[in-house]
Amino acid sequence: MSAIWTVVLVVGLSTIALKAAGPVLAGGRELPPGSARVVNLLAPALLAALVATQAFSTDEALVIDERAAGLAVAGVAILLRAPLLVVVLAAAVTAASLRAIG
Amino acid sequence: MRGLFVHTAGSVLGRMPDPSPDTQSASPSRGYGAGLRAIAPLLPAVLAFGVSFGVLSEGAGFGATASIVMSLTTFAGSAQFAIVSVLGAGGTAAAAIVAAILLNARYGPMALSAAGVFRGGRLRRLLEAQLLVDESWALAQRDGVFDRRIMIGAGLGLYVGWSSGTAVGVLAGDSLGDPATLGLDAAFPALFLALLSPLLGNRDALGAALAGAGIALALTPITPAGIPVIAATAACLVGLRGRSPAAQEKRA
Repeated sequence: MSAIWTVVLVVGLSTIALKAAGPVLAGGRELPPGSARVVNLLAPALLAALVATQAFSTDEALVIDERAAGLAVAGVAILLRAPLLVVVLAAAVTAASLRAIG
Repeated sequence: MRGLFVHTAGSVLGRMPDPSPDTQSASPSRGYGAGLRAIAPLLPAVLAFGVSFGVLSEGAGFGATASIVMSLTTFAGSAQFAIVSVLGAGGTAAAAIVAAILLNARYGPMALSAAGVFRGGRLRRLLEAQLLVDESWALAQRDGVFDRRIMIGAGLGLYVGWSSGTAVGVLAGDSLGDPATLGLDAAFPALFLALLSPLLGNRDALGAALAGAGIALALTPITPAGIPVIAATAACLVGLRGRSPAAQEKRA
């Protein structure tokens, strides 16, 4: 089997298992109250980490580039209660415009 | 149109019966179609990144079939791009596998956080869980509750967009340009910020978000990609902070 197919199969199966583990093993059950409080905070913690890494990192370096400007404009749009589509477009248009100028 | 997608969702995922009354609200605004509508603004970006993956994977020596099979099974953009860049730079299969698994490890805690709302048998839960990716998981956070149907509707849209984008990239090749020129890479952090902001209603959530972002940024320069987001899950331990029963009652 070629190296590429090995990667495709191993990563595919691992990812399927990672996504399925929680729902298959703990699906349809109420979590005990203590752990529910912790698990409910996974969403804000992970979302904030995704914002941080996707806006401010390239490979393994911290960078401030056009994405940061896009994120700032998106933040303003969120504060103004703009719809999701407007928020996302504002970020993309900001980054694209700055790249076009730069 | 919505009916079509609901029908498709049912056949792909093993004929889901109508939800029993104890499951989530069946009102049209909260169903699979709502998930699909919610993800629609992002689909052009997802398609464009799928195309880039197709183009880059061809360049890294993937055949057309391997590229498309990877998008259909792994269905995780960051890990797939990491694999292509490792193999394209002459790295070993083992290095590519480790990088991808580190990047995808976040799906463990993400899926666990949503585990309680999955219904039905093990196979159905396994299949539905495959539609969980960053964007569908994030969109499904509604009023502090994870909405399974939003995740499935949005996930199906993403799955079709990502896989068909890959196929287009593999077949059409290089003629399509770099999504970064269009600012599409800036769309994703904006989406996550927009989905995060309504969750910040209480002090614990705000604390978890700030700590999560701080951990991720602090680790980015010193750990392999993927580790910062996994480590950020530790921020949810702020939920364990000592609390008197009175304070808990007040909160509830």
